Amino acid sequence: MARAVGSNVRRKDGDAKVTGAAKYIDDLTFPGMIYGATIRSTIPRGTIAARHISLPDGFVVADHQDIPGPNYVALIDPDQPCLAVDQIRHVAEPILLIGHADKHALIDVHKRVRIEERAATPNYDPEKSDICFKKIAIDKGQIDLGFRISDLVIDGEYRTGHQEQLYIETNGVIAVPGDGQMTVYGSLQCPYYVHKALVVLLKLPPDRVRVVQTETGGGFGGKEEYPSILACHAAILARKANRPVKMIYDRVEDLLATTKRHPSIVRHRTGLTRDGRITAMDIDVIMDGGAYATLSAVVLSRGVIHAAGPYRCDHVRIRGRAMMTHTPPNGAFRGFGAPQTQFAIEAHMDRIADQLGIDPVRLREINALRPGDTTATGQKLGKDASALPVLRDAVKRSKFAQKRKKWKGTNRGIGLSLFFHGSGFTGGGEVKLASKASLALTANGAKILVASTEIGQGTRTMHAQIVADALGVPFDSIDVNEADTAFVPDSGPTVASRTCMIVGKLLERCALDMKKRLGKMTPAQYFKKHGSFTVTSQYEPPPGLLWDDHTYAGDAYGSYAWGCNVVELEVDPVTFEVTPLNVTAVAEIGKAIHPMMAIGQIEGGTAQGIGYALIEEVVMKDGRMANATLTNYIIPTPQDAAPMDIGIMESPYQHGPFGAKGVGEMPIDGPAPAVINALRNCGFDIRSIPATPERVMKAPRI
Amino acid sequence: MKLTVNGKLRNVKAHPMKRLLDVLREDCGLTGTKEGCGEGECGACTVLIDGVAVDSCIVPVAHAEGCRVITIEGATATKTGKALQNAFVVHGGAQCGICTPGMILAATPLEIGASLDEIKVALAGNLCRCTGYPAIFRSVESALKTPRRKSSRAGHL
Repeated sequence: MARAVGSNVRRKDGDAKVTGAAKYIDDLTFPGMIYGATIRSTIPRGTIAARHISLPDGFVVADHQDIPGPNYVALIDPDQPCLAVDQIRHVAEPILLIGHADKHALIDVHKRVRIEERAATPNYDPEKSDICFKKIAIDKGQIDLGFRISDLVIDGEYRTGHQEQLYIETNGVIAVPGDGQMTVYGSLQCPYYVHKALVVLLKLPPDRVRVVQTETGGGFGGKEEYPSILACHAAILARKANRPVKMIYDRVEDLLATTKRHPSIVRHRTGLTRDGRITAMDIDVIMDGGAYATLSAVVLSRGVIHAAGPYRCDHVRIRGRAMMTHTPPNGAFRGFGAPQTQFAIEAHMDRIADQLGIDPVRLREINALRPGDTTATGQKLGKDASALPVLRDAVKRSKFAQKRKKWKGTNRGIGLSLFFHGSGFTGGGEVKLASKASLALTANGAKILVASTEIGQGTRTMHAQIVADALGVPFDSIDVNEADTAFVPDSGPTVASRTCMIVGKLLERCALDMKKRLGKMTPAQYFKKHGSFTVTSQYEPPPGLLWDDHTYAGDAYGSYAWGCNVVELEVDPVTFEVTPLNVTAVAEIGKAIHPMMAIGQIEGGTAQGIGYALIEEVVMKDGRMANATLTNYIIPTPQDAAPMDIGIMESPYQHGPFGAKGVGEMPIDGPAPAVINALRNCGFDIRSIPATPERVMKAPRI
Repeated sequence: MKLTVNGKLRNVKAHPMKRLLDVLREDCGLTGTKEGCGEGECGACTVLIDGVAVDSCIVPVAHAEGCRVITIEGATATKTGKALQNAFVVHGGAQCGICTPGMILAATPLEIGASLDEIKVALAGNLCRCTGYPAIFRSVESALKTPRRKSSRAGHL
């Protein structure tokens, strides 16, 4: 039988998506359904003095008093109210919910409601904030000794801005109330996150709350935690109106109110020998969390663990803080802290190379992590550590050295970045999650039951490939249940590059168990004789994987994927616009289950990274996103797309399904520093992104 | 107001300024046309009016009166629609799928054998956040590939 794994089978959701048949949240209606709108704060900090509401019949209004349970969005810290009571901590904080059967009646409803706000002085500087959401310290070796044995010390400060996920489908849900129960349909990544938030807020038993993911038009982290608060809003309004409520954000509301990538400030102090060996790394990481904790603690965690980059160093000190500011909460976005800190280390490495007079490739070759080396958290790397292979392949296929020489003194530049990305939840996270996956026998094969969501990355197809091969049946005989908490177990959230490596592995185990039980029978034969049965497997850490959350030391991730980017670009000498000419992206991902979709992840993540580096700027004015439309928050268009050369390398991870590691997030770690290093190669010393033409023009010349 | 949608004559009772997007989704029940931004920037709502790709979120239905409108549900009826739909599955042009109907319709007016530059121009008004575009270009190129001519070796003999 043809193996499904490693081949480009036809994706399960493809035909519905190209014919318009696929149903997204806004495509659904329910009998008696009304529409919901949100009244939000207009100031970044203060109190609510009064609410003046004068609406005719036909409108339903709900506020915090309509919440049956505790008024917070259950996630990590219980600090974010579902609806503001009297305190305002950011612009666009939700205060009231208004429903009406005619959605056009809601268009200017905010003008008919007046919220009396008393302003207090906001703070937008994370370094001046007195509220710290999370502090993390990583210590390896003796930092003082590391500096003592160095010949010189090079320091630098690097900054990154907000970035909007910009899924093309905005956030949206429909809440359908029932007798002592609530069902929420929505565009979302993590059905069980939403489920948990609803159970707490509505004070309902878990089996009275159901969450169903509808076809989802992109997430990138932007539908990881945000749908929880939106689902809570729709549910409160639905409860009050006793009718189904649809809430779909328009683009402006989505940009103003929902989460963005955390801005960061990263400071490096690095001890080096004259021949380019790193002896000490002292790194300070500050993440701007915005007004509420949301996921800042875990974004910071991934950020600090990746802050030393893919480099060997015996003496490392990393300090990280996630701070509160009076802007809408920042949250998950592909890469989750790692793009920020790896931007800093990779821009820093090229500055080191310049100061030492060493070629940037050579500097990385000297210091890159090899199998058997230990990371900043003291994790000993296995045979699949691939920093050097990806570096060498990217340098070779891009003709890095030749172009660097040839373009010297021109307005063309070439730069590279080397990076890695841990797959799955950090540290003990996967043990705590204890995810489950199930597989049910069907009349002609099996049906996958997982809470992992298809958000474009190919979850359904990739999982079905793994199951088909492990079970030894054709790919087409595997069905995938929709991510509906009434039917699927909690497989954990669809985040952290874990859907293939962690959940895929659980499914592989299910399939092997099922195969054992089938004996010599085919699924069809067994089903005919005995009927259906379901097997379930639960996460167990691979043997020897150890992590200490108190010292932040040990095996931070089961495995890492490795990447190297080379960016070639041209700077317009008059307008300072930067045009990427070619991008080389080499990624070592263990095993490409579906090579075409893996390439799709790499190309897509790389394009988002180029946007992050050059054009995507969230302009905050008085705590409010000033460019909250697609006209002036710009993302790469087809005309901006640089040709990409993608190279996939496979160094199997023994505990991944068919050797696979994570692939989704890593591609966004590398493009920004490669762009900035290419600009350095053109003579521009830039240490913060996005490198808009204004910033390039004002940058010091090298 | 009368307009032909996917070959079927429709008599729509709607305000003339109602967005064509809403008329298609709400009055005609054709939800394959998507809203991404509501301001004509992202192209997710692209449909064809008399063969020309437009953003239906900024077109009042009055503009389409008496016209032939094609949505993704009717794309197979166009010369290249079916080939484009298949190619977007086979070559990875569709990931999350929300921009896909608009992308496919924006590509349908292209001629067989269109160059990469022509494809980029045709799709310039359509945003995709998943693919970074190369897979979309490959999908369109493959669907519009010039049918392979029988190689004539006769001249060399």
